[in-house]
Amino acid sequence: MPEYQNIFTRVQVRAPAHPGVPLGRSTWVRQGDPFFVHLFGRFGDAQVGPFYLGWLGLASLLCGFIAIEIIGLNMWASVNWDPVQFVRQLPWLALEPPPPAYGLRLPPLNEGGWWLMAGFFLTCSILLWWLRMYRRARVLGMGTHVAWAFAAAIWLYLVLGFIRPVMMGSWGEAVPFGIFPHLDWTAAFSLRYGNLFYNPFHMLSIAFLYGSTLLFAMHGATILAVTRLGGEREIEQITDRGTASERAALFWRWTMGFNATMESIHRWAWWFAVLCPLTGGIGILLTGTAVDNWFLWAVKHGVAPPLPQVFPAVPDPAQLTMGVTQ
Amino acid sequence: MKAFRSLAIAAVALTTLLAGCERPPVDMVQRGFRGTGMAQVYNPRTVDAQLAMHQAPEAIPPAEPGGPPGSAVFKNVQVLGDLSVAEFTRTMVAMTAWVSPKEGCAYCHAGADFASDDKYAKVVARRMLQMTKHLNTDWKDHVAETGVTCYTCHRGQPVPAKIWFKDPGPKTAAGPAGTRAGQNAPATSVALSSLPFDPFTPFLQEENSIRVAGTTALPEGNRQSTKQTEWTYGLMMHFSDSLGVNCTYCHNSRAFSDWNQSPPQRATAWHGIRMVRDLNNAYLEPLGPTYPKERLGTTGDAPKANCSTCHQGAYKPLYGAAMAKDYPALHGAAPAKVAEKK
Repeated sequence: MPEYQNIFTRVQVRAPAHPGVPLGRSTWVRQGDPFFVHLFGRFGDAQVGPFYLGWLGLASLLCGFIAIEIIGLNMWASVNWDPVQFVRQLPWLALEPPPPAYGLRLPPLNEGGWWLMAGFFLTCSILLWWLRMYRRARVLGMGTHVAWAFAAAIWLYLVLGFIRPVMMGSWGEAVPFGIFPHLDWTAAFSLRYGNLFYNPFHMLSIAFLYGSTLLFAMHGATILAVTRLGGEREIEQITDRGTASERAALFWRWTMGFNATMESIHRWAWWFAVLCPLTGGIGILLTGTAVDNWFLWAVKHGVAPPLPQVFPAVPDPAQLTMGVTQ
Repeated sequence: MKAFRSLAIAAVALTTLLAGCERPPVDMVQRGFRGTGMAQVYNPRTVDAQLAMHQAPEAIPPAEPGGPPGSAVFKNVQVLGDLSVAEFTRTMVAMTAWVSPKEGCAYCHAGADFASDDKYAKVVARRMLQMTKHLNTDWKDHVAETGVTCYTCHRGQPVPAKIWFKDPGPKTAAGPAGTRAGQNAPATSVALSSLPFDPFTPFLQEENSIRVAGTTALPEGNRQSTKQTEWTYGLMMHFSDSLGVNCTYCHNSRAFSDWNQSPPQRATAWHGIRMVRDLNNAYLEPLGPTYPKERLGTTGDAPKANCSTCHQGAYKPLYGAAMAKDYPALHGAAPAKVAEKK
């Protein structure tokens, strides 16, 4: 029986390299002779290439390269060009947005100017890559679902780094580029705005995030469980009786009384994944602009329940001694 | 064989990943209402290892009562003149054991002339005595009746292990790039987070606003920024690290800024901030000209105190041992004016 419990690719199916469908009218052609990598075949299709770069891809990579250079060189300069310290301290290093005092004005280069520039090029790179995805999908005659799912992530990125800072009137409200620094920023953001966990859109975002992992696990497990019956070859099985697909459906109907279909499960997955950054972005956008303290907001609207007083009452000493909140 | 190799690689990778973590189990102590995450986490092995460090030394047997005042017998006694000769001597013996057990009397006193103020250390020690008296008398909001002694900070060393100087940060490249913006360095002052690495200057010396959280549900003019919050957060990391406690030792888990639900320790800490600010500004920083160069920081400032100077990783210094009560010299109002050495 364990022979059939496959959780990784056991057999690599190798067909002759396939160049793909004709491109149609295009100034660019696909480049490179396709080749095979065994290791890639362990995870997906072993064939690599040919690539389609295109103007959009080229411009996107260029912008992305400039952004990474600005960020990386600033980080390197912050350790006085020491290559060893650059590697050792990399998780701590960052390119910080301007101090709040500059508002939305252009700051000097070393006080957030580089950050604005890096953000500009990174945003260009991402938007160009989005266009490229959209266009490639169109050319292949596909739907544009992938591009719109990517757009959901771009929404959250733009809210954090552009839309909300503009609404708050300060670039300083944006996220730094850096590994630990962006995490510390996130915690500080929640502390400043009275605990983000009381933000209902943050709650929704978490629900969709965890929901996505649950759906992913259910779907992935179901399909793997019926691969011994050919279940991964979905299309030819969908309408047939007695197939792997029908067993998969029956399994869920037996265990929880209801089953998704081969098509609807992907709708579920797409919406859960897309709604995670969509709702998250709304939550961030409202923070500081519409709501200043999410805990107090939650108390006001009956979301945060009163808890029994466990500690002896502690009056705010600032109120006691000087009557000011300092 | 292949499977064994994969397993070995996986084991090494996992060990490497977890190398920075403390090994379980840890002890959890519930403090607040159930289900609210109001818990203190202790690693019993760390607590065991630090136990010896937080033990107070035995008190020196009390001095015989009576006798002439010290000022009648010794010269140049400016702060402890009221003590009897026996109590004065006892205090000096205690101070030597607390501060310079290896160096002995000579760490402060120049040669045979004990009245001489030639050594800077003696001038500093006198000021420290005044500071201790002031602290034990006027800052009961923080130190309660427990008080502090020289040992609370010094722990048998002439220079306390946990002091701070203004920190201009690690060296960055010259030119128009690579500013650290006061943060983003693996700094022990903020428990190796990437938060601003000198939260002491703005909060424990200057009086910048620590409070950042909104006080109203909707925006009504609170202009504190997320960046300012990072500075406050940095200070709080120092608190947590210095006292060996979680955030929830002082704060409730759902609204850090709300006093109504906070543990009472938060008020003690609030007074602690004001106390340290007072000590740094009134006693420690003004000693700058008294110190030789090698005792000063990179920017030429005097050594100053923060939470860890006394606490050194314990929720109460020396686990709350009441040492000060055995030493009358460390209480009461200090004489307002003493001769300044210059």
